[in-house]
This record gives sequence, structure tokens and C-alpha cells, in this order.
Amino acid sequence: MSTFHVNQVRKDFPILDTKIHGKPLIYFDNGATSQKPTQVISRINRYYENENANVHRGVHYLSDQATQAYEEARTNIASFIGASSPKEIVFTKGTTDGINTIAYSLGELLQVGDEILISGMEHHANIVPWQLLCERKGTILKVIPVLEDGTLDLEAFSRLLSNKTKLLSVVHVSNTLGTINPLDFLIKQAKSVGALVMVDAAQSIQHLPIDVQTLGCDFLVFSGHKVFGPTGIGVLYGKLDLLNSLPPYQGGGDMIDQVTFEKTTYQEAPLKFEAGTPNIAGAIALSEAFHYLNSLDLQSAFAHELTLGQYLRANMKDLPSMRFIGEAPDTCATLSFLVGKIHPLDLGTLLDKQGIAVRTGHHCTQPLMHRFNIPGTVRASLAFYNTQEEIDQFIIALERSIHLLS
Amino acid sequence: MKSINQIQDEIIEEFSMFEDWMEKYEYIIDLGKELPLLHEEQKTDDRLIHGCQSRVWVNTELSESKLHFTADSDAIITKGIISLLIRVLSNQTPQDIVTTELYFIGKIGLQEHLSPTRANGLVGMINRLKSEGLKHLNL
Repeated sequence: MSTFHVNQVRKDFPILDTKIHGKPLIYFDNGATSQKPTQVISRINRYYENENANVHRGVHYLSDQATQAYEEARTNIASFIGASSPKEIVFTKGTTDGINTIAYSLGELLQVGDEILISGMEHHANIVPWQLLCERKGTILKVIPVLEDGTLDLEAFSRLLSNKTKLLSVVHVSNTLGTINPLDFLIKQAKSVGALVMVDAAQSIQHLPIDVQTLGCDFLVFSGHKVFGPTGIGVLYGKLDLLNSLPPYQGGGDMIDQVTFEKTTYQEAPLKFEAGTPNIAGAIALSEAFHYLNSLDLQSAFAHELTLGQYLRANMKDLPSMRFIGEAPDTCATLSFLVGKIHPLDLGTLLDKQGIAVRTGHHCTQPLMHRFNIPGTVRASLAFYNTQEEIDQFIIALERSIHLLS
Repeated sequence: MKSINQIQDEIIEEFSMFEDWMEKYEYIIDLGKELPLLHEEQKTDDRLIHGCQSRVWVNTELSESKLHFTADSDAIITKGIISLLIRVLSNQTPQDIVTTELYFIGKIGLQEHLSPTRANGLVGMINRLKSEGLKHLNL
């Protein structure tokens, strides 16, 4: 018996009551960022009103409290993703920051000719840091091709793997296509040639249960703001031994053990990777977001979301000249589409006039757009607080927009 | 010959008759469809204004001390708004193009299309038209 009631849950998200151009907001841009529940918003307020102090240094009461809350956040998040220790949780600015950390720190240990394997559906954040690394260290970037249906070419993947492959860095759920990649298979294969694996979970942490130990990945990154937390905070999970074996990314306060002008020694992970005063309020509020998720019947929430995604696809596929970009059998409730020759920006503009927020453009996946030979798409990306009624309204608005533009 | 401000006021008057957003956008879309296209060979990089999502090309010609603009875009609503901008600024002197304030866009409720996040190239388009005016100011 499901205890997930969408209308109840919507009350936790004040922004969902907003009117846009005089019409009720229909927020289908969750892939870009999620909305925040009151619990998270008030946690930020409470922190600044009552608890604000710097962490890890002060001897005074408030600093002690702030440090405790910050470290509790680490513990809570470690437990949510099944890490074996809170020390495996590094707070970052977000997914991009997490990937750059590993690209730099792991990159320092790589040699000329070592290979990094990514996929053709990566966000620019999981492409450019590796290109920078390749320029810096002479490593080689290889790319798993994407098939017409928006899944990865797994045969090509197996051929691309070799003992030169030092790292597979792959997206769990495509932000553009919604494709859920077969992580179990990818990780097992990569491990068989001794490669490390980093998972970009920016688009999966809010949609799927994740357990890093079951997955067996070495690193996993995500952003707080896409999982109902604030912006400017994210998580880099890394296996503890591995994190401790890597050189630091940035230098500064908090990450040091002893500093002299002759030689400086560093903290162990995770503090080694948290130079400077961290985003304390962000970490605590992100932890509150996970606390909120735990308070829901999460399995039913995810199931509700998948049903919505299927309902959306089913109701859109028969619209005239409708083309889905990405039709993988396994997808999250994210749908990219084009309608005939209509420019995505035009559709996005008219949907906005009707109170509907979607994303248009290349979604920071330009190579994927080249793969499909399109300039961009319209993307509807759902969250568990969306409803079937919103989808019905969306379809009506979409048909109206298409009519105006045809 | 109408001045820039006369044309702006004319457009504001026309738009005041629309009762809802649909009528307004229907009109803009129609304008977009009617805007004469640039030839493919005119869509060169030096005429291109990068708007991230929609691309805008502007061609400038000078004759009888006036600037004549033609433009194109791959997005139809962008084209419609371009057509309004051209109606206002084309066939005017560089001096008037540079010095006259464009107030009609706000008055007809299209200000949102000029926000930097719109990524439709319109801000770039206006800057281009103004800078073409500047370039020809001293000729």
C-alpha cells in the first residue's frame, strides 16, 4: 500500500503554487534544477539565524555545534548512498567541481598514453575536464558511441576497453535523453581490465535508489540542487583508500595538517579535498533534503515518477510530426523531443507563456546533438511532485503551441 | 519618411489591440513568416550573431546616407521580433539609429525576450544594429 500522496507532497514545495503569466506553474525543468521543500528552506534559515559559525577550528560553542551539524550531514549522506564511511564523502560545489577534482588529482598519477573512457552522451562537465587533463598530461580520451535509440553501443564499449583504460567516467542517467545506462555491466567490464570507475549521478540520485557499495564504483558525483537541496553544494564519493592515495586538488585552509615554508602535510580524506571554508549551510541543508526524502515512501515516489514518464511518452507519441530523441527501453521521466521543423526555442517560448517551464537547447551535450544531427531539443524532465493533470495540461499547451507555429 | 519614434508609436498602437498573449504571438509568428529571408550565401559568420539557441544573421547596406537592414533567424518568434526591429531601424540615418532609445519592446510586453538568459540573439541583434550605426556615423 503506497503512502506516497502527490497532492500532500506538493504542499511541501511552496513554489509549486506560483502563477506564471497568470497561469499555474507547471514545472517540467527538474533536470536543470529541482524545487526545494520547506524543510530545506527553513533549515538554511535556522542555520544562519541560530547556528552560524566556522567549522573545524573554533573552540567556542557555536563552532562546535556547526562542526557537529556539518559532520552529521556527511554521515547522513554517506548512509543515504551506502558509503562505508562518512570519510568517503567530500563536499564539493557540485557535480562539475567533483569531476574536476578527480580529473586533476587522479590525473596527476596518470602517464602519457593512459586512456580515459567516457560516453557519447556525457554532459560537457564530464568531457571538458578530461580534455584539459589530456592536454596537460598526454592522456587519451576515448568515447563510447551512442546508438540511434539513445543507448550506449555496448559492443563498441567492450572493444574500447583495454589495459590502457585507467578510468571509465560515465553518466548514470542521460540529462538529455533520460537513458538509464547499465551501470552494473559497465562497471564489471571496466573492473575486468583494472580501470577505475566514476559515475556521474547528477541525474540519477533524485530518481533511482543508489548504493555505491553494491554498484562497486570508485567515485560517484552529484549536485545538491538537483536532489531538492540548495545550489553550490555537491558530493564527491570516493573509496577511502583511493581518496587518501590521491594528491590534493586545491590548497588552502582546512585541508592542511602542518604548514611550514619548507614542507606542508595534508589532512586525510575527506578534508584533504575541502580547501577553504566549506559551504556549511549548503551541506547541512543538503542533508536535510535527504532527510526529507527518507521521510517519504521513496519507492512509491520513484514509481509515481516512472508512471508519469510513461504517461507523458504515451500521450505525446501520436502528436503529428513528433520525434523523440532517445527511445531507450530503460529511461527516467525525462523526455527530449522535436516537432517537425519547429525550432525548440519557439516551442519553449510559447510553453512558457502558458506557465510551463521546460528546457530547450543542447542541454550542455553538444556532441550528442551532433550525433543526432540536431541543433537542440525541447526537454521535459519530471520529478515526483509532478502530476498526471499537469501532463494533460502540458499536452494541451503543446498542441496549442504547435498549432500557432505551424 | 517616418521617424524611428513614429514607427515605434505605430507598433505600440497596433499591439494595444491584442487581447491576450495568443493573439500577440500569432501576429509575431506571422511577421516572422513574412520577413524576407536572407540568401543562404548571406548567412556568413561575419553576419551571424551568436545567441546560443537561435541564430540571427544581419546584413547591412548603406545607400543615400541611410542604413538598410535585412535579417534572418532559424527561430520563427525571433524572426518576428527581428522584423519589428527592422521596421523601426531600417532606412534610418546612422545618427538616428545610434541616438534613439528603443522603448517599443518594453511597451508591447516583449521585454522578457531581451533578458540575457533568453539566448535568442536579440540583445546581440540590437547591439549589432546600433554598432552598425556607429560605424557609419562619421562617413
